[in-house]
Amino acid sequence: MIHSLFLINSSGDIFLEKHWKSVVSRSVCDYFFEAQERATEAENVPPVIPTPHHYLLSVYRHKIFFVAVIQTEVPPLFVIEFLHRVVDTFQDYFGVCSEPVIKDNVVVVYEVLEEMLDNGFPLATESNILKELIKPPTILRTVVNTITGSTNVGDQLPTGQLSVVPWRRTGVKYTNNEAYFDVIEEIDAIIDKSGSTITAEIQGVIDSCVKLTGMPDLTLSFMNPRLLDDVSFHPCVRFKRWESERILSFIPPDGNFRLLSYHVSAQNLVAIPVYVKHNISFRDSSSLGRFEITVGPKQTMGKTIEGVTVTSQMPKGVLNMSLTPSQGTHTFDPVTKMLSWDVGKINPQKLPSLKGTMSLQAGASKPDENPTINLQFKIQQLAISGLKVNRLDMYGEKYKPFKGIKYMTKAGKFQVRT
Amino acid sequence: MSAAPAYSEDKGGSAGPGEPEYGHDPASGGIFSSDYKRHDDLKEMLDTNKDSLKLEAMKRIVAMIARGKNASDLFPAVVKNVACKNIEVKKLVYVYLVRYAEEQQDLALLSISTFQRGLKDPNQLIRASALRVLSSIRVPIIVPIMMLAIKEAASDMSPYVRKTAAHAIPKLYSLDSDQKDQLIEVIEKLLADKTTLVAGSVVMAFEEVCPERIDLIHKNYRKLCNLLIDVEEWGQVVIISMLTRYARTQFLSPTQNESLLEENAEKAFYGSEEDEAKGAGSEETAAAALPARKPYVMDPDHRLLLRNTKPLLQSRSAAVVMAVAQLYFHLAPKAEVGVIAKALVRLLRSHSEVQYVVLQNVATMSIKRRGMFEPYLKSFYIRSTDPTQIKILKLEVLTNLANETNIPTVLREFQTYIRSMDKDFVAATIQAIGRCATNIGRVRDTCLNGLVQLLSNRDELVVAESVVVIKKLLQMQPAQHGEIIKHLAKLTDNIQVPMARASILWLIGEYCEHVPRIAPDVLRKMAKSFTAEEDIVKLQVINLAAKLYLTNSKQTKLLTQYVLSLAKYDQNYDIRDRARFTRQLIVPSEQGGALSRHAKKLFLAPKPAPVLESSFKDRDHFQLGSLSHLLNAKATGYQELPDWPEEAPDPSVRNVEVPEWTKCSNREKRKEKEKPFYSDSEGESGPTESADSDPESESESDSKSSSESGSGESSSESDNEDQDEDEEKGRGSESEQSEEDDKRKTKKKVPEGKGEASSSDEGSDSSSSSSESEMTSESEEEQLEPASWRRKTPPSSKSAPATKEISLLDLEDFTPPSVQPVSPPAIVSTSLAADLEGLTLTDSTLVPSLLSPVSGIGRQELLHRVAGEGLAVDYTFSRQPFSGDPHMVSVHIHFSNSSDTPIKGLHVGTPKLPAGISIQEFPEIESLAPGESATAVMGINFCDSTQAANFQLCTQTRQFYVSIQPPVGELMAPVFMSENEFKKEQGLQGGH
Repeated sequence: MIHSLFLINSSGDIFLEKHWKSVVSRSVCDYFFEAQERATEAENVPPVIPTPHHYLLSVYRHKIFFVAVIQTEVPPLFVIEFLHRVVDTFQDYFGVCSEPVIKDNVVVVYEVLEEMLDNGFPLATESNILKELIKPPTILRTVVNTITGSTNVGDQLPTGQLSVVPWRRTGVKYTNNEAYFDVIEEIDAIIDKSGSTITAEIQGVIDSCVKLTGMPDLTLSFMNPRLLDDVSFHPCVRFKRWESERILSFIPPDGNFRLLSYHVSAQNLVAIPVYVKHNISFRDSSSLGRFEITVGPKQTMGKTIEGVTVTSQMPKGVLNMSLTPSQGTHTFDPVTKMLSWDVGKINPQKLPSLKGTMSLQAGASKPDENPTINLQFKIQQLAISGLKVNRLDMYGEKYKPFKGIKYMTKAGKFQVRT
Repeated sequence: MSAAPAYSEDKGGSAGPGEPEYGHDPASGGIFSSDYKRHDDLKEMLDTNKDSLKLEAMKRIVAMIARGKNASDLFPAVVKNVACKNIEVKKLVYVYLVRYAEEQQDLALLSISTFQRGLKDPNQLIRASALRVLSSIRVPIIVPIMMLAIKEAASDMSPYVRKTAAHAIPKLYSLDSDQKDQLIEVIEKLLADKTTLVAGSVVMAFEEVCPERIDLIHKNYRKLCNLLIDVEEWGQVVIISMLTRYARTQFLSPTQNESLLEENAEKAFYGSEEDEAKGAGSEETAAAALPARKPYVMDPDHRLLLRNTKPLLQSRSAAVVMAVAQLYFHLAPKAEVGVIAKALVRLLRSHSEVQYVVLQNVATMSIKRRGMFEPYLKSFYIRSTDPTQIKILKLEVLTNLANETNIPTVLREFQTYIRSMDKDFVAATIQAIGRCATNIGRVRDTCLNGLVQLLSNRDELVVAESVVVIKKLLQMQPAQHGEIIKHLAKLTDNIQVPMARASILWLIGEYCEHVPRIAPDVLRKMAKSFTAEEDIVKLQVINLAAKLYLTNSKQTKLLTQYVLSLAKYDQNYDIRDRARFTRQLIVPSEQGGALSRHAKKLFLAPKPAPVLESSFKDRDHFQLGSLSHLLNAKATGYQELPDWPEEAPDPSVRNVEVPEWTKCSNREKRKEKEKPFYSDSEGESGPTESADSDPESESESDSKSSSESGSGESSSESDNEDQDEDEEKGRGSESEQSEEDDKRKTKKKVPEGKGEASSSDEGSDSSSSSSESEMTSESEEEQLEPASWRRKTPPSSKSAPATKEISLLDLEDFTPPSVQPVSPPAIVSTSLAADLEGLTLTDSTLVPSLLSPVSGIGRQELLHRVAGEGLAVDYTFSRQPFSGDPHMVSVHIHFSNSSDTPIKGLHVGTPKLPAGISIQEFPEIESLAPGESATAVMGINFCDSTQAANFQLCTQTRQFYVSIQPPVGELMAPVFMSENEFKKEQGLQGGH
């Protein structure tokens, strides 16, 4: 299936290669570089590139291209999904997935890749199993290893692969038993010029951090499970019980994992927590344009909106902008024409605004499009859909775990057209 | 020092004197001297006794490999360490070995013995890893060793080792494809494995080695369906896509009856307005059509597949969701396909690469099944931050989804897109508007007006694209649009894009009678600038000139001649050719007036309007979700998705209760049987059928006809019950034929009660027919099941005599043999073997072993009458000592000839036997007359294993591959024993 993997950085250097079958010369990447040139932007490089003898499937994350080489028919999503899983694993292992980190840990990376695929077919992709096979480097262990000369490879044989719950490692022990669940909802919306909503939907996830001893069996129930329209589960969740009782019943993996992602049914009207007033105008005659935006809270259920940032891609004709914000800081990059304004908290009594002028290319006609405004924000302690966790129970173990649940609402792809 | 931080370029200084050189090595081949020096250093480290130094060296070597630098000259030094005690060193050596063994074949052989030792290790993980590395070394010489190792591992007790064996199969196949036949045998064996761990890997091996051998799947089909939900994600993808293909060959199209109806509706979709309303409600009409189609009843196995894959739409893995989506798209009845839409739309939230692939597939699906995605129209709205390739795909989907009702919103959306900064995207939007306009008559004028407004856009690309699209739209109804053509004519002064200019010229020429005054003027202008134009424009100028000459020669004669003269001396030969050709046609010459008389017909013939089609049309002949579909070209190794069969192949091949051992020949043979399975008349329809003496198929057709009116499920249930009875009947038939019918009647009345009475029998049943039990089997249950087997099996085999008594009591009609001989040594050894076999959880061993107490009397089918071309062969384990060899089990083979010609020269041909198994052949049967039957005795030494003995059964004309797999209970030597001895033995057993 997957023949080889090349890691390519943004300047076009192949800084890691791994082959699971016979070696494929790295010159195969030339086809990729060609496509990259044609695409101009990294995100426009086609994920699948056919070459005379191979097919190159790539994903672009953390400014690194992960290019898989395959030779025969494979479902493309199979490979793409795997590559993303590789990136997630690296992130899990090293905290961040970047070129220097991969270079620093090249041996661990190589060993992990070796375990993930056998002859190009996925073998162990669950991070719990991998961590049993190859221990992730920590500062403490690095020091200890240097002194004692011990190694990263797990010395006891990994049995996780053999168990009926392959996602959980065995023999887990903690002194503090804790289980945390973050309900995070993102609002995707397109707001049109006049402020009315064109489309808005809520996508949510429950990210969990479970550190419990032994083999706990958890059940999580919701006050209002009917809100959830479309769900996808971590493999540990028992689908049958969800179907019949709308309860999440599972033996959790150890550590961080995404338990559930869901979509809130489209019938429910989505409360849009912010509004943007904008007045952006270009005039044909003068080389100056007016620019003014104000951000304000709308339906926030009494919570404050924090971490607001506004970004906008200005038209090419804009040479520079001279703006004054009522709060926060702003930057305008005259090369990429990207305006970004870091607003911070919204104070309903004194709405933040950004006003000023844009200087346009002299003599050029006015740009025929207005920029779209992208918004980021956060609301703590609120799940905008109204989803509420009812209770969390644990079976199978004696101790009393500490349980925590947190709600948060964020902007997903939140766009205002002007 | 955990990973290699010390060895990276940044921190090069921290480790040893050799390090800086190594770190800053600019090109591996560049500086040979330093290269050698450096490697000497590493070799030294590898030769020491200190593990830490070895480890350090190996880490540096692996880092080199990772960076793509050549480290092959270290091979001898590294390979020495293959037996190193330190696990991490060992692991890294393995990594090195797998990478370079291919290049250093001779030296690589040095390591083989280590792995061979590892294969015998008591620890399953070490066995597995030894096999994994051994099979990854691509050295052709070791093919036989690999083959042996794989075969052995395939019957290992540990499912993990068996999984590794499955992984090794494609490796060996790619190394030496001559091993295919042997590998297929291993695959067949592993396919029967019942653990989730193995399922995914073996199906992957199947797909790579022998995807054409779909017959291997039959017996395992239901098991695979039931295991599916518990297989790991990657295995799920492979299994689902294989099962899609399988289902296409084995089941009838669920849409076959609707297809006529639906196709009409489909046409109406794109056609006129009045049918549009119908289109909007297509879901309802499809649903309404459901009860209407009577003759089609979905095969219960087909239903099982659909039902068991549906929960996987909730998987977190995009690949699994896509796999299920394509399965539903290709296999489900129209009314049910809709469920996949929601899951696919969910994937659109994922990474852009995933979006890209999913949108391609949605684009194809939305052409065929528009109703499915209509509710999610807004999910395809485009954001300015989407990458261009995603935008264009979304646009494609939006266009496909546009219909009479939603077109206003779609067009409003398009309007905002047109003002985007991304010009490629704008051009695509204009194309999309054009397509909407052609598909939906009502908005054609609106679209056209919108496009005309775009003609005053400042961006030339936008204008050009609009012109091209307007041209296509105008062709549909040119008469009313004189104004637009005039407007376009004015644009020739400004537009520079060749394609647009050419389009305008073509329009003016084509409809010159609508603009009689402007056309000659345009020609005049173009003649002036002719030499400066692009080639396509020049061609259109000639075209325009010719058409004007034909309609309005008074004004344009001179102009035309001027243009043609210019063209005659053009650099481009196409243009010169065209000029010459045109001149001959339109200008009447002295001799050849024949053609020029028809010139008007040639040039001004009414032309059909172009059809604006999606580039995704007809892409669904590729399996969705496949690479080939994405590229719209066949990728290497792509397996065509077969068309539905006209008539369903025999569904009974999937029944596991009566294992069908025949392999090769039965596929061609089955065609004979291909007649409507559900028809009542099956029994008397053909000569082969009427000769049918097989009780199974008869009773099956009975039950089928009786329950035909009901749902597919109920019919299959009763089907299964019948088979139970048949089996029992088979067992009891020898002695009591007459009681048979009475018994059946009573059994039929209380099918449930029977379960409690004969426990083992019922149990085996439920495992294989759990397909019929409620919804998908839950994971827990699935995992518990094997455990319960384990608990059940030992008593039945350990205390064989006792259970035998009990189960025999149930079958009242059975008279037990006067003595039940069991030898003390045999009982210990075989029961131990039986226990171990039970632990390996292979499907095939389980079913028979549970039947074992009674199956000694029952006949097992060896060769089916149809597969054997009239020769039916059954076998029984006679439970009598085999005269030739005490180690052999005696097997009675019953031949019966149901053909109308005598069968001659029946004998056993070249057996292919697993290690340790041997066969004592039966004496050749010279001739078997039609209708006659004969019995022969042969001895098989199964070597205390439950491996199947495969051999060929040869007649004078044909050879049939057959195999006998012994139930555990039959692997014993009969021994006489007194009651006291027996009791003593029992006591001993309890003490174990």
